[in-house]
Amino acid sequence: MSTIAAISTGQAAGGIGIVRISGENALTVADRIFKSVSGVKLDKMKGYTAAYGKAYFENEEIDEAVALVFRAPKSYTGEDVVEISCHGGLLVTKQLLRAALSSGAVAAQPGEFTKRAFLNGKMDLTSAESVMNIISAKSEQAKAAALNTLDGALYKNISEISNSLKKRAAQMAAWVDYPDDEIEDLSDENLLFSLKSNGEKLKRLISRFDVGQAVIEGVETVIIGRPNVGKSALMNMLTGYEKSIVTSVAGTTRDIVEETVVLGGTVLRLADTAGLHETQDTVEKIGVDRTKQKTGRASLILAVFDFSESLTAEDGEIIRLCEGKNAVAVINKTDLVRKIDADAIKNSFKNVVFISAKQKKGMAELEREIEKVLGTDEFDASAATLMNERQYSCCKLAYEGICEAVRAVQAGMTRDAISVSIDSAIENLDILTGEKATQSVVNEIFSQFCVGK
Amino acid sequence: MEYFAKEYDVAVIGAGHAGIEAALASARLGVKTVVFAINLDSIGNMPCNPSIGGTSKGHLVREVDALGGEMGKAADKTQIQTRMLNRGKGPAVHSLRAQIDRREYSKYMKHALELQENLDVKQAEIVDIRKTGEGKWQLRTMLEAVYTAKCVVLATGTFLGGKIYIGEVSFESGPDGMFPAAKLSESLKKLNIPLRRFKTGTPSRVNRRSVDFSVLEKQEGDETDTAFSFETKRPPENKSFCYIAYTNDETKKVILENLDRSPMYSGKIEGIGPRYCPSFEDKIVRFPEKQRHQFFIEPCGLDTEELYLQGMSSSLPEEIQLKFLKTIKGLEKVEVMRTAYAIEYDCVDPLALKPSLEFLDLEGLFGAGQFNGSSGYEEAAAQGLIAGINAALKVKGEEPFILDRASSYIGTLIDDLVTKGCMDPYRMMTSRSEYRLLLRQDNADIRLTPYGYRLGLISEERYGAFLNKLKQIEEEKRRVTQTTVHISGELQNLLVSHGTSPLEKGVKLAELLKRPQLSYADLAPFDSERPDLPPEVFEQVEIELKYEGYIRRQQAQINEMRRLEVKKLPDDIDYNSIEGLRLEAREKLTKIRPHSVGQASRISGVSPSDISVLLIYLNKTGK
Repeated sequence: MSTIAAISTGQAAGGIGIVRISGENALTVADRIFKSVSGVKLDKMKGYTAAYGKAYFENEEIDEAVALVFRAPKSYTGEDVVEISCHGGLLVTKQLLRAALSSGAVAAQPGEFTKRAFLNGKMDLTSAESVMNIISAKSEQAKAAALNTLDGALYKNISEISNSLKKRAAQMAAWVDYPDDEIEDLSDENLLFSLKSNGEKLKRLISRFDVGQAVIEGVETVIIGRPNVGKSALMNMLTGYEKSIVTSVAGTTRDIVEETVVLGGTVLRLADTAGLHETQDTVEKIGVDRTKQKTGRASLILAVFDFSESLTAEDGEIIRLCEGKNAVAVINKTDLVRKIDADAIKNSFKNVVFISAKQKKGMAELEREIEKVLGTDEFDASAATLMNERQYSCCKLAYEGICEAVRAVQAGMTRDAISVSIDSAIENLDILTGEKATQSVVNEIFSQFCVGK
Repeated sequence: MEYFAKEYDVAVIGAGHAGIEAALASARLGVKTVVFAINLDSIGNMPCNPSIGGTSKGHLVREVDALGGEMGKAADKTQIQTRMLNRGKGPAVHSLRAQIDRREYSKYMKHALELQENLDVKQAEIVDIRKTGEGKWQLRTMLEAVYTAKCVVLATGTFLGGKIYIGEVSFESGPDGMFPAAKLSESLKKLNIPLRRFKTGTPSRVNRRSVDFSVLEKQEGDETDTAFSFETKRPPENKSFCYIAYTNDETKKVILENLDRSPMYSGKIEGIGPRYCPSFEDKIVRFPEKQRHQFFIEPCGLDTEELYLQGMSSSLPEEIQLKFLKTIKGLEKVEVMRTAYAIEYDCVDPLALKPSLEFLDLEGLFGAGQFNGSSGYEEAAAQGLIAGINAALKVKGEEPFILDRASSYIGTLIDDLVTKGCMDPYRMMTSRSEYRLLLRQDNADIRLTPYGYRLGLISEERYGAFLNKLKQIEEEKRRVTQTTVHISGELQNLLVSHGTSPLEKGVKLAELLKRPQLSYADLAPFDSERPDLPPEVFEQVEIELKYEGYIRRQQAQINEMRRLEVKKLPDDIDYNSIEGLRLEAREKLTKIRPHSVGQASRISGVSPSDISVLLIYLNKTGK
């Protein structure tokens, strides 16, 4: 069985997010994306042990994390399992999953962990029956969801790429299967051009994925700042803004764990807002450590500064925390006299906005800056967008197939080898849209070419 | 009056390319076999093109041979021109094709059947087939002889319910003016066999003396060392030529003016024709923008003046056929000897078959060749071989022999037929195999000969030679990975002149062989220790090195695929009682009754979640 991975925590932002990896290569895959502080490889660890360390995606640090090792058969699925927990936040968790998927794991099908648990004898008969129902229900749901998306722009986009590749594949196949018919070989130049332009299209889809996710799933957002700069006022301004739609999610451990604000085309998930409200009346004393922890899991930071005061050492800490992150400097209290050194802020932040929460001024500017920093300003909702990790992973594999074909052409490999790489790209696109690959190439041959005896 | 004639283990109906292999394989496996043909002069007849092999079909012939079949040997003995197609397009798609002396081929095959121990050859039309009380099959001939057999292979080709169409004229007929098998279909229908009508066609044959070759392009054979059979030691000889001709605007005009007289376009033919082998009028209609169509003029044998016009099949009236042929440069004075025709015939929906080619619901009854919805001599031979083997195994009470997709084109062909079915006559193509980098014509023996040996179709002597070849390949591979090539001026010149980068330090010979730009022959001057080995050994080593990365990846895909292939689905599963299967999956699974979870996963309409449900079900029921 292949090694599978999926996010095991729910879609709502919680305290932690868990990616579960299961299968014979689970430990190897996990070792590629997780490095423990002690330097011990997960591969060398016993079952039921944990390691603290950092998770990486393409050598970039994602987050601090804890990895739990389960050895077959003593795990949920009965296989080797690693569960990597990070600091919640959908984007961080998704990045972690993506790291696992590009390190040798494949995306788990609906219900697959449970299925494996059953197949490996970890579950009894009655449970198995309900699993079957869940699996089929889930897949119906997934299918319906996929159909919805596939109806639109994404389907068109993927089909265009896939059809264009199929045309090439069919031409190469006809050239091979009908050597006596007058079928021209594709020149290396034409083939490369076609491969590269389709590769580019896929690459665009892949790179738009994060932005798309920001629009579709929302952006994990935190508001930070030293006491009294007006964080809760900003919060109120965001939630009270006529254009924003605010929903509250009930949490189990706290009254409110998250508020969702739809700001223009962007969904902000304002995590830990309970904390914000709470600090309103009590002594505001957010320690640097706590702030640091919060920014670690956020995809967007709104750093609030006071227009009417000079920058303090605490402000300096805040500025440092925002380095290299998606952050907007929000300078509040423009209704008062300026004391702040705005240039110092502008030197540290690409996106700076002046507001007066009290007078409700500057909201439109804030919205614009947020969209700019997230890239959602250029996001075209009608354009094709990958909706989920499954589609993302199919696209990525298709893209890799194309890259491989390009390399094969450039290395001077013969067409038979190149065609196999193109087939793999087509197959992955067809998995995405639900068609059968080889059959469609064969059909393409007969519609395109006058061949045969 | 009906009389009881004889009892057999296996009876084969039809002695075309499928029937021949089925009968020979069955008899060679030691069971008492009989083969019936409507006319014994039609054994191994080539009613269409006088050639064997071609892309992917050449692969099939090599595979049939690697398993101990006869087609490759017969083709090698009777070939008159041979070409290795697709040279330069990569080893996976190299395909051997030979023009065949068709009378000689037929004679060879008839004699092979006659000489075969355990095999009787009989001229008879089977008019009825039914099951006896003891579970045997009973066959009745036109002359009222009754034979019994434990297993029967239906290899009826275009004879079954055959009907020929030429313009407004149509009549019941087998191929090439033979009698059709007119009555058998009725009895097959009584067995609830889902018959349907397919059609195919063939072009006219013309007299060589009436063709002006001075204006045509000559096509010569290649110099190739490779024969179809791994046992043929003499390279093929070129004794004849083909010619290339072109149609023109005038030809097109004649066709378009007379389209209403084509039985295809007037709706007389209900049978579905092959997409890959369209009639000439089809080509004109479907590709109107094409100014001219190329076609080939091929010899039918060394001692005949008949020529075959490959690419010009037609069902237009005879006078129109003559008219359009005469518009073609070189054929102005053409004398037609045999008129082109379309032929419609009965065949089965192959979804009614198991991968062993036995009917799902009719124990001991097998189908092969055109009867199963395929087309082509090679596709027929491949299925005939498998059906014959499985009929004999059944008689012996042994497990069926099933080749999976990853093993061969034969396995791919049969899996496609019995899993996906076919909407038009099925032709093999390299693009149908997802594992084509591994399924090459050059390694058919490595892939399949061990199976042939285990079955008992490969002699000890041949197997010994095969094992020796494997050993030589291993040793040579080891040698080139250990031999260092040092830098020299000549070597650097060679590398640069072949468009590949010069060396910075000495490397292993294998590293140089991996470069697509370099061949074994190129490197000979730098490889003084090279042993004297047969060319096919060097060929294997070179291909395995050059395509190493791709081969490894395909092997990984295969390993993944085979995990599901070994999970067998019992014959008696009631898919309607399995909870969680979607309706469409239930229907398809009930109809096709796949033998493994792997096969189930390839059925269109069965989703990955259905497969999960099946796996759970299997575990739950302990199957």
